[in-house]
Amino acid sequence: MRTDSKRLETWLTLAGGFLLIVLLPALNVLPLPEFLKVSDFTINLYGKYLCYAILAISVDVLWGYTGLLSLGQALFFTLGGYMMGMYLMRMIGTLGQYHQPIPDFLVFLGWSKLPPFWQPFDSFAFAMLMALVLPGALATLFGFLAFRSRIRGVYFSILTQALTYGACLLFFRNSLLMGGNNGFTDFKFILGHDLRSAGTQRGLYIATAITLMLVLVGCRWLSRTKFGLVQQAIRDSENRVLFSGYAAAHYKLFVFVLCALVASIGGVLYVPQVGIINPSEMGTEKSLEAVVWVAVGGRGTLVGPILGAFGVNALKSWATRAYPDLWLIFLGVMFVLVTVFMPRGLVGIPDQLRELAARFQKRKTDAEPPVTGIEPDKSLP
Amino acid sequence: MSVRPKEFILTLEGVNKRFDGFKAITDLNFYMDVGELRIIIGPNGAGKSTMMDIITGRTRPDTGKVEFEKDTDLTRLNEYQINRLGIGRKFQTPSVYVGHTVFQNILLSLKGTRSVFSAIFHRVSSSDRDRIQTVLETVGLGAKADWKAGALSHGQKQWLEIGMLLAQDPKLLLVDEPAAGMSDEETAKTGELLLSLEGKHSVVVIEHDMAFVRQLGRKVTVLHQGTVLCEGSVDQVQNDERVIEVYLGRKKKDKT
Repeated sequence: MRTDSKRLETWLTLAGGFLLIVLLPALNVLPLPEFLKVSDFTINLYGKYLCYAILAISVDVLWGYTGLLSLGQALFFTLGGYMMGMYLMRMIGTLGQYHQPIPDFLVFLGWSKLPPFWQPFDSFAFAMLMALVLPGALATLFGFLAFRSRIRGVYFSILTQALTYGACLLFFRNSLLMGGNNGFTDFKFILGHDLRSAGTQRGLYIATAITLMLVLVGCRWLSRTKFGLVQQAIRDSENRVLFSGYAAAHYKLFVFVLCALVASIGGVLYVPQVGIINPSEMGTEKSLEAVVWVAVGGRGTLVGPILGAFGVNALKSWATRAYPDLWLIFLGVMFVLVTVFMPRGLVGIPDQLRELAARFQKRKTDAEPPVTGIEPDKSLP
Repeated sequence: MSVRPKEFILTLEGVNKRFDGFKAITDLNFYMDVGELRIIIGPNGAGKSTMMDIITGRTRPDTGKVEFEKDTDLTRLNEYQINRLGIGRKFQTPSVYVGHTVFQNILLSLKGTRSVFSAIFHRVSSSDRDRIQTVLETVGLGAKADWKAGALSHGQKQWLEIGMLLAQDPKLLLVDEPAAGMSDEETAKTGELLLSLEGKHSVVVIEHDMAFVRQLGRKVTVLHQGTVLCEGSVDQVQNDERVIEVYLGRKKKDKT
């Protein structure tokens, strides 16, 4: 039974991976009749959703698996995005509005030379390294302080929210030399490929799909190790974990940093596909949205966040076009409904239906006259 | 009498702890022999739980000496460091990992390294399995290894938590109201289990249920207002004037 469900899971993962990594790009690139074809727009849109799915997994590994509700996960996503953005800004070369060898916003701010900290970002490898080092270092520092002081529950959530808000305000400042409220945009090339070509976008999409699958498989593996058991034990009874000799703070710090890195990688892939990064991505509501994706998809599972990120964002794409003013109300109502009626999210629906059917069945048998000598079932109201 | 000074597993001397002016623990002195089973009783607010918190590193005393074995100062260590010395604690309300199976609950409690990286690359060995099964048999959950801990009854959860302590093979067990919420039969079984640990482990039992205290029949320490009121056999303390006044007098017939 257990091996059966494991095999099913492996097959579903392979099938999902095949669909995302091979089939969709193939339908995009092969000369097919119009109704079968996946448009460039769709590939680009799905690439964006896949990045959100990576972010959602990082939220869920913290929240669903460790009981740490981070309301600032978009911060790490955006930081990764900014690191990629710095590289992409350098790749514009002299093709900007001012035709200067430095990014336009620096020219606008009166700079004629590249600030020293910008210089290494000509290197893609350096930018990628920074996309791991910067969020990793920030998460380590914040996590170390928070977990050492035993900040838990809602206090932890509030602090993460404050952290991302603070960072957002910082990035809005022009003096940080990170583009201020406009951020970075107008990208041209990545690794010598034109970002405006469909081929490059398809390549980015495939890279994102592969990354997502690797993150999924990696997190699933980790959740099944003894480490994963400790992680979930912290969620269920942190005291017991402490009094069993585990330094719970070390485990939480490890998870927190790991999730910051995962989120950052999502952001790295996101920026070249959407073509813009600005501080509003760090705004508090972005992190909250990611929490809603996880809740809708099903927290405490790894497929749930992916479904949630896809589902909610597809709905958002439609709703912001059809009813632009009502989207936030949609989102709020959805969150309330899911919390009340579908606590296990989309992934939990089959189980919920099964339980409902079982209860229905039971009520039917109970409705028949009870056989004498047998006590009626008291567990039912 | 032996000439050699006795070796204590646990020594508390002149311990004081205040919370916002409230004296939770006042000049507490407490000594326990190696391998002893000791029962602590006392009315609500007597400082029993605070005493446990001080021993296990959850609370730091304002003044006083708290030593484990010969000269390990517990006041400088935190919960997990103290646990690693060989001090296990069972909470009043059963705290087990409800999302994990009974087997996994014990697995996480087995003696061994606790570091993050060793946990990532840990593999369950066959000796681990044997040890887990032995522990589960001891606490009467041998047939329930694959159950989710959340599906166990209250009494079974209490036993599972005791099993989790045993899996760590601690030198000293601190057990807070193990029989709370148990049926008479379960209570009796719990008593037997605790008595069987005597000698191999040192055990401190906090208990309210006087019938259970009688069943254990070991030395009793009575706490009152954060200090030791008296010590002795069950009969001795039950006949002590001061004890009757503060505690047994109004709770003599209390069996819950």
